[in-house]
Amino acid sequence: MTIVKTTYNRRSFLKVTALSGGGMLLGFNWFMNVVPPGKTGAAALAAAGVDLNGFIQITSQGEVTIFSPNPEFGQNLMTSLPMIVAEELDVDWKNVRVEQARFNTELYTRQMAGGSQSIRQTWQALRTAGASARHMLVQAAAQAWQVPAAEIRTENGVLSHSSGKTAGYGELAAAAAQIPVPKEIQLKEVKDFKIVSTPRQNVEGANIVTGKPMFTMDYRREGMLIAMLTHPPAFGMQLKSFDAAEAKAMPGIRDVFSIQVYQEGYEKEVFDTCTFNDLVVVVGNSTWEVLNAKKALRIEWEPIATRTEIQKFWGGQKREVTIPGGLENSTGHQQRMETEGAKSAKVARRDGDPETAFKNAARVIERSYSAPFLAHNCMEPMNCFAHVTADKAELVGPVQAPEMVEKTLAARLGLPLDKIDIQLARMGGGFGRRAYGQYMVEAAVISQRLNAPIKLIYTREDDMSYGIYRPAYHATYRAALDADKNLIGFHVTAGGIPESPLHANRFPAGAIDNYLAEEWAIPSNITIGAFRAPRSNFIAGAEQSFLDELAEAMGKDPIEFRLELLQRAKTNPVGQNNDYDPGRYAGVLELVREKSGWAKGKKSKTARGVAAYFCHNSYAAHVIDLTAKKGKITVEKVTSALDCGIIVNPLGASNMVEGAVTDGIGNAFYGGLRFKDGQPEQNNFNTYRMIRMPEAPKAIEVHFVKNDIPPTGLGEPPFPPVFGAIANALYKATGKRSYHQPFLADERVVD
Amino acid sequence: MAIFNLTINGKTRQVDVDPTTPMLWVLRDHLDLPGTKYGCGVAACGACTIHLNGNAMRSCVLPVSAAEGQSITTIEGLSEEGEHPVQQAWLEHDVAQCGYCQAGQIMSAVALLNNNPKPSDTDIETFMAGNICRCGTYSRIKAAIKTAAGH
Repeated sequence: MTIVKTTYNRRSFLKVTALSGGGMLLGFNWFMNVVPPGKTGAAALAAAGVDLNGFIQITSQGEVTIFSPNPEFGQNLMTSLPMIVAEELDVDWKNVRVEQARFNTELYTRQMAGGSQSIRQTWQALRTAGASARHMLVQAAAQAWQVPAAEIRTENGVLSHSSGKTAGYGELAAAAAQIPVPKEIQLKEVKDFKIVSTPRQNVEGANIVTGKPMFTMDYRREGMLIAMLTHPPAFGMQLKSFDAAEAKAMPGIRDVFSIQVYQEGYEKEVFDTCTFNDLVVVVGNSTWEVLNAKKALRIEWEPIATRTEIQKFWGGQKREVTIPGGLENSTGHQQRMETEGAKSAKVARRDGDPETAFKNAARVIERSYSAPFLAHNCMEPMNCFAHVTADKAELVGPVQAPEMVEKTLAARLGLPLDKIDIQLARMGGGFGRRAYGQYMVEAAVISQRLNAPIKLIYTREDDMSYGIYRPAYHATYRAALDADKNLIGFHVTAGGIPESPLHANRFPAGAIDNYLAEEWAIPSNITIGAFRAPRSNFIAGAEQSFLDELAEAMGKDPIEFRLELLQRAKTNPVGQNNDYDPGRYAGVLELVREKSGWAKGKKSKTARGVAAYFCHNSYAAHVIDLTAKKGKITVEKVTSALDCGIIVNPLGASNMVEGAVTDGIGNAFYGGLRFKDGQPEQNNFNTYRMIRMPEAPKAIEVHFVKNDIPPTGLGEPPFPPVFGAIANALYKATGKRSYHQPFLADERVVD
Repeated sequence: MAIFNLTINGKTRQVDVDPTTPMLWVLRDHLDLPGTKYGCGVAACGACTIHLNGNAMRSCVLPVSAAEGQSITTIEGLSEEGEHPVQQAWLEHDVAQCGYCQAGQIMSAVALLNNNPKPSDTDIETFMAGNICRCGTYSRIKAAIKTAAGH
């Protein structure tokens, strides 16, 4: 039996209010549990314990509305978060209405989509809120009926007593609003769940299939103008001058001017990444007119010299970063990464005596892996509505981290924080890109200048060539084997442009006596940002490909080899700070082995590859079956096993994993943005190859480890190991190892 | 600028626009039909798919001058409230993630089934290859098309 307190620092995190028409409104804090144990300082409490940010509304007619405060970009939180509330509230899911709450820092504390954290960080608070509201309804019924509360049952939004008395929640909601908020509350047993862990369709499904206007791109306002911008064609270039005469004279054009995104001397916050600070803007009545005028602009660009910039990182850490001048090339990038990868670098972890192990080795296996820059390519290009007047700013935007950009907007516009109003719109994809809200600042600056409502739209070309990419990465792995083919030493050196992908304390750290992890980075003027499972999305594939090759050299089955290492990490771990649970890691490998029929794989007509990884608090493993016939690779089947604790909505969760698998295969096969003289060589979907239906897996089977562990992340964890599983399957099909992404950049891999 | 009389979702609509304006922007900017989405502007992603006389057409490269006198259907005109079998199949398979590309996917799927009521897997893959889903919902899209074909 789980009993939880509803108070925090002597303050309740629940507050009940009577609705004017009769009924109750229970406010609560979604992020009650965001403060990790041991970090209960006053500041943390102020952030987590005071403000109310979620609401359950029950009208006297019995309509139940649950507000979902987190931004929605396809992870389907609008369904899964309210399901958790509804479970404890004991209402019929069919009668629950879900609404996207407005962004409001007065009310909300972490309105953010990112890091696969939304369910993990709200789980207990949502359950507590639902259970508390139910408790108050039960108390109201007990008073009304003069019976003990313990004798009252609830089901599907109806209260009942053995005497035959029944009442809908709506009938007693007004009375429940007068009941004091309980100090502690009993939560349901996991085995009694009726809504959580059952498949529920996307609450926005009907709006999506009928094409309802849900995205910022669809937003319109009376008198709204359309704005588009032109940024430098290459990284390392900036605006020198422009001639707007021709564009200004074109039909429907209101104005052409340049803007400065951030002002001189502004110290950027973590998510203030901005590639091009000076932009030329065209504003007009309609999109097509603006597009035509944009083509008529005459702009001169000039190179930017090497400069330094203070950059903020997570946790408030500041660093002076040198941004080199010059026009960069992909071929130069690859050469520099190979050179850097061959040197000694900053040691991130050392266990035992790796140098001696390598000196004594009977055989050393060394392999290098690399991957190019990737563009996020959200289907809805960056865009934002803004209406900035002298005393307030109103924005509607697709944004993952509104709380971050709100501060930036206030600073840039010279308005107090409470005069910045951001309305969250459903996002046409995010993948990390929309954590960086510079397009919202641009929209606001344009609107402020014109004193008019505007919608800024990036063309696909503007979007793809703007930057904030997944970095380019490189990793070299070395393994030392003794004469009996035992693994006696392990060494990884990883780096990238401009950051390292290394996670030094992850598997196989902790499983090998002599272990060395080093990292390096090469500065660049190409901007980078979070991309679905940052860093993991490269290092997992490299590591899991290397382990596969190692298993083969040692004459072991690749799953058995990993399980042996995990057994060592579990029973007799090496070193400190191993940040994974070897038991749960082994669990997904065992599940995928069983479900894929791995043992029968030797007789299979398909080539099979396996990989597993841990990131964002969850464990994922995939077995990929593919064929290579007449030069054509076909992914026949993917079997996936996940351990992310309790699954809230199995239907949405499976969809998420299937999407991650497809996304991973697409990026592994084709993904890549190449540069020539600072200019991206791809800027639209006719040159940047995306996975399409014919290349997608013919079947994807998703399995979840069943346990009662509170839920952890799922948006990111299934993505990184796909790169390893597909590389290992390609090897089995073709006899050639794939070391450099994109694996199918040309057809050489297939004979 | 010129006046164009268009037949959209069974109704006659008049617009006064530059003759080169793609139907995508006529629908979105001038006729308040934003269900048809902008994705690439070069007919490479399928997000803007509409029907021109029942056939799938990328509206981002179809000038309004070429659309006059023809029957145009957009996602808003596919059914009154989403009761078209393809829309129903999309709901049954819970296809969407972010949802941005799905109107275009549905319009392509309906056009496919209009011309080929019982498509093979290869037929589906070939026809739908013009529609990108960045979230990777292809397996569900394919399953939904098969379900709809069974109606």
